[in-house]
Amino acid sequence: MSLLEVKNISKVYPGLKALDNVSLTVNEGEWVAIMGPSGSGKSTMMNIIGCMDKPTSGEVLLDGVDIAKESNKNLTNIRRDKIGLIFQQFHLVNYLTAVENVMVAQYYHSLPDEKEAMEALGRVGLAERAKHLPSQLSGGEQQRVCVARALINHPQLVLADEPTGNLDETNENIVLDLFRQLHREGTTLIVVTHDPEVAEAAQRTIVLEHGRLVKEIINENFVS
Amino acid sequence: MKRQQMYFRMISASLLRRRSRMLVALLAVTIGATILSGLVTIYYDVPRQMGAQFRSYGANMIFTAAADSDGLTTDQVERASALIDAEDLVGLAPYRYESVRINERPVIAAGTDMAGAQSTSPYWFVTGEWPSGDGEALIGKAVSNTYRLGPGDTLTAQYVPEHAADAEEVEPIERTFKVTGVLDTGGSEEEYLFISLADMAALTGVDDRLDVAELSVSGGQPKLEEYAEAIAAGVPEVTPRLVKRVTQSENTVLKKLQALVLLVTVIVLLLTMICVSTTMMAVVSERRKEIGLRKALGASDNSIIMEFMGEGLLLGGIGGLLGSGLGFAFAQMVSRNVFNSSITFQPLLLPATIVVSILVTGLACLSPVRSATDVDPALVLKGE
Ligand SMILES: Nc1ncnc2c1ncn2[C@@H]1O[C@H](COP(=O)(O)OP(=O)(O)O)[C@@H](O)[C@H]1O
Ligand SMILES: [Mg+2]
Repeated sequence: MSLLEVKNISKVYPGLKALDNVSLTVNEGEWVAIMGPSGSGKSTMMNIIGCMDKPTSGEVLLDGVDIAKESNKNLTNIRRDKIGLIFQQFHLVNYLTAVENVMVAQYYHSLPDEKEAMEALGRVGLAERAKHLPSQLSGGEQQRVCVARALINHPQLVLADEPTGNLDETNENIVLDLFRQLHREGTTLIVVTHDPEVAEAAQRTIVLEHGRLVKEIINENFVS
Repeated sequence: MKRQQMYFRMISASLLRRRSRMLVALLAVTIGATILSGLVTIYYDVPRQMGAQFRSYGANMIFTAAADSDGLTTDQVERASALIDAEDLVGLAPYRYESVRINERPVIAAGTDMAGAQSTSPYWFVTGEWPSGDGEALIGKAVSNTYRLGPGDTLTAQYVPEHAADAEEVEPIERTFKVTGVLDTGGSEEEYLFISLADMAALTGVDDRLDVAELSVSGGQPKLEEYAEAIAAGVPEVTPRLVKRVTQSENTVLKKLQALVLLVTVIVLLLTMICVSTTMMAVVSERRKEIGLRKALGASDNSIIMEFMGEGLLLGGIGGLLGSGLGFAFAQMVSRNVFNSSITFQPLLLPATIVVSILVTGLACLSPVRSATDVDPALVLKGE
């Protein structure tokens, strides 16, 4: 069953086509990587799928709902209920501790639950660092807090835009292992990356160039 | 955990862990609240105290001699004051003024009843003691400065009796007084030497002669006028006069002072608002990424408004609390130094200051907080 159906979307900025007639279908539980050079439209695509932006034309069916036609308020609710976001720059609230940052996601979604937030941090191996502020954590640790935050509300779809872009190899592997776990649990994953190694961890890779989908690669060696 | 708990945890963490930023805003609110509560305290308390003194106890009626006589007698003053109900007569001070010489220089000596003077002029400030008997003197501050005299010193006053122009020289009369206190009034009394009426009689050789009597009478203006009429009719040797001008000018000064205080308060509140508003503007713009993130996590515009308003209002509350304490200290200092009286703490002023601070910060935060909802998460969270 497909969770996401992107049909012929374009995004036009004055004098520039950031996305040009792109279509993509992602099934429930699937792990897809999006690759492409800088400026090829990867983030634009992620923002549209993540309900933070709207296409100029085309349809985006998320769980059967055309999010290209929803109001901003509904988009906020859909994002809150169905999507977990991970960014290259981590984006943690700098005056809140690791566990409080996870609880912020719970706060907007339903009810803050410190015990559950601690468990999520335990899952990413940060139980001991829960009371630390982001400034007291390494980049890898900050990104693991973001992963804990993204999965705390059990989203159907996790979107990660260059999640390992600011990480060293050790931390990159830790994050990839976390993605593998999420995949085994049935979470749908879409990961934007520059890094072929990160792309190879996915089941399928699509390649964007100048806003166009130019290639689709199935990873034959995928191990779940 | 309840949502409210998390809410307070977030806004208090923002204030506590981002201290340096919020300190500026807190300082503005605190200073504003300090001046507000301080000035309001002064606005209400000082006129209340000064007014009480001037209206209830200060001299508001004066007896002088009728135009054709040459002075009052104790008997006349007693007969006239008997026409005033005993419970309305707060104080009576008879005065007799004569020119005397101390060290060959002329000084005005005032003979009076010290207890009476104390009751009709309660705002006189004496360093040392009031004289308690004959042979003792209270000297004005100017006299004290001129002769370098203070409590415990002695002085000799000379009186030269008046005589016909062609008469031979007369012996001056001398008396020695022990200074018990120095008088500070801010008025011409500071140039006088105050002694008892008995000493004055001994010094001049003339008994039972008064120039004026000051009375402090309670009751409103109509009642005072009634008394004055009764005295003018009943004791024609005495001319009663109501000293309206003193209290009236006192009131005008107070009214002007109050208007000034009010004006300053309003200006300070406006400045506080501008400062808080500017700080909040800066706070919102430096936290655009955080706002974008919160929106990306599913925060509605209302949640964002609630959170920033919450921070602003908490700031207002803390500033108001600090300010009402500091404001009282400030008002107490001003009152002690300027008005020579201390003030009592008005418990109602504490919640009032806090409420006003919260309102003013809330108002100042309105537009900055509204601008926070304009943040587009897709734009501020962009990589690179
Ligand atoms: N808000 C915007 N306004 C104008 N141009 C934009 C905007 N956002 C992205 N672009 C442009 O669209 C193109 C695709 O950007 P993006 O999706 O961020 O690329 P990628 O993430 O693949 O590096 C780029 O040329 C970029 O400059
Ligand atoms: Mg990008």
